[in-house]
Amino acid sequence: MRKLIIGLFIAILPALGLAAAPSVTLDTMEPDHTNKESLQRGAALFTNYCMGCHSMEYARYMRVAEDLGIPDDIYEENLIFTGAKIGELMKNAMNKDMAADWFGAPPPDLTLESRLRGEDWIYSYLRGFYKDESRPMGVNNVVFENVGMPHVLVGLQGLCAVEPRIGEGASVDPLSGDVRNADSCPEWETEGSMSPEEFNRAMYDLTNFMSYMGDPVKVERERLGMFVLIFVAIFFIFAYLLNREYWKDVH
Amino acid sequence: MNKLLNWVDERLPVVDAWNKHVGKYYAPKNFNMWYFFGSLAMLVLVNQLITGIWLTMSYNPTAEGAFASVEYIMRDVEWGWLLRYLHSTGASAFFVVVYLHMFRGLMYGSYQKPRELIWLFGMLIYLVLMAEAFMGYLLPWGQMSYWGAQVIVNLFGAIPVIGDDLSLWIRGDYLISGITLNRFFALHVVALPIVLLGLVVLHILALHEVGSNNPDGIDIKKNKDENGIPKDGIPFHPYYTVHDLLGVGVFFFIFFIVVFFFPEMGGLFLEKPNFEPANALKTPDHIAPVWYFTPFYAMLRAVTVDLFGLDAKFWGVVVMGAAIAILFVLPWLDRSPVRSMRYKGWLSKIALAIFAVSFVILGYLGIVPATEGRTTVAQILTTLYFLYFILMPFYTRMEKTKPVPERVTG
Repeated sequence: MRKLIIGLFIAILPALGLAAAPSVTLDTMEPDHTNKESLQRGAALFTNYCMGCHSMEYARYMRVAEDLGIPDDIYEENLIFTGAKIGELMKNAMNKDMAADWFGAPPPDLTLESRLRGEDWIYSYLRGFYKDESRPMGVNNVVFENVGMPHVLVGLQGLCAVEPRIGEGASVDPLSGDVRNADSCPEWETEGSMSPEEFNRAMYDLTNFMSYMGDPVKVERERLGMFVLIFVAIFFIFAYLLNREYWKDVH
Repeated sequence: MNKLLNWVDERLPVVDAWNKHVGKYYAPKNFNMWYFFGSLAMLVLVNQLITGIWLTMSYNPTAEGAFASVEYIMRDVEWGWLLRYLHSTGASAFFVVVYLHMFRGLMYGSYQKPRELIWLFGMLIYLVLMAEAFMGYLLPWGQMSYWGAQVIVNLFGAIPVIGDDLSLWIRGDYLISGITLNRFFALHVVALPIVLLGLVVLHILALHEVGSNNPDGIDIKKNKDENGIPKDGIPFHPYYTVHDLLGVGVFFFIFFIVVFFFPEMGGLFLEKPNFEPANALKTPDHIAPVWYFTPFYAMLRAVTVDLFGLDAKFWGVVVMGAAIAILFVLPWLDRSPVRSMRYKGWLSKIALAIFAVSFVILGYLGIVPATEGRTTVAQILTTLYFLYFILMPFYTRMEKTKPVPERVTG
């Protein structure tokens, strides 16, 4: 039923002609907020690699711990580095003015990044860094041209020597049976600690976590939505019968 | 219970009022589905008022705190996300319902004599509703809130001589700021809702004075039985109260699909750039008003020529204002001897179809970025929009109408 409704809506959405064509093609990323293991891994990655610079200041640690099924004490011990209490907002210690000097612009808050740019964009961006000596940080990004952010995950991914092919899915050559473009980077400058597949999975988890942070109530909302729709449908049946009964005497 | 009612009734005409407006208000028995939208507009109004009151309890109307307080409502306030999505979806639903309600009026000539005042009050409601929606949209203090408001308020600046001072007076500052946010908040939650409610009362009082129109456009009061009750009329309660429940059911089903599954409606109801806090130093790539304003926005952008030494932007504002103003005089443009589209000639039918299609396409053109080709299309459609009204006195009189039956049909 839910799939049907969603399917129907997706079917009519293009007719509304909303989607302004993105300037670059992106890889697709289907978030799954029910996959708690993925969200937990994403939370760990975000806290370890992103949160030094990027806050999530509209959300609270406690809510994340609760929604992701992480016990409070474990969360506090491993995923809060600022000494904040678990009920506090997820801020960081970076001074915005100083950060603007370092990077050109202060690193934005990322609580709502997934709703601002979309999951596809984040997933592609995280995998879109490549070597570019002309840039102050030595890297550029195919999704975000001339980005001010350094390649924080270079230790995991390695550094791609040329522009990675984002937006071109892997395909199987029908003649030889070879898999093409399984790895979006054709040539590596340095290798990372993860294989390309591992890194893609890690970035899926990270994107999934950011998607959850943008819309933490999604799973609960859709669950309740089903009950509400069922209620309205039953209400309609009674309204219909009541109406029919009354209108019998109107000729 | 009866005693209490009598006690009150001797001091306040409650029974009288009930009978006049509900129990013995005789409505034509041939309403079709187009007649759901009036009561649905009331339903959405109540939804906006109730959810709005609760949102105000946690909202912080300052430039520093507005954006964060909306996220606080979305994350920390119990059921806050539901209140907010009901309110934001309700805003769009209001316009959906009102546009369909207005189209019904156009189709069945509900604005014609003696219902001119109902139409005028309705148009005022529409006008206030637009102001209400516009000011409400600034409150989340996102990028699109900010820049949308900037663009719209700057429109007043296009008026010669007084323009700049006027927009300065509206903003209360040299650019949209916390001062603007505070006054828009006051207007959105206090002043305009009061005006809106007053106008709704007038709209309904005027309707109940002359009686409802119907899809045949027949005056049912001409055919009364020995008790003075219209032969084609049925009491509003219980017949139309139970009937409207059907409309409520269908409406809620669609409404809740959006609220629970697609609250952003693909960026139409909640625009993506609005998930970034307002930033006066960073203009978004593409500024578009929310969908319910876009037909008029497209007309504004369609005007590209300077005229009589005045900027094209000024004429754009004039065209946009005229597009709304001309709706007010509609009752005096229609010279047809019949009300309903059912008995009007084919000229009227084609004119209405072209008008409706033009309006919808203009709405689309107002959402997407302008290109040369799109601007040309918008210019043609804007012309068609106005021709519907300007030519109405002629085509409604020229055409051959069908005979109107004595009694309502099916």
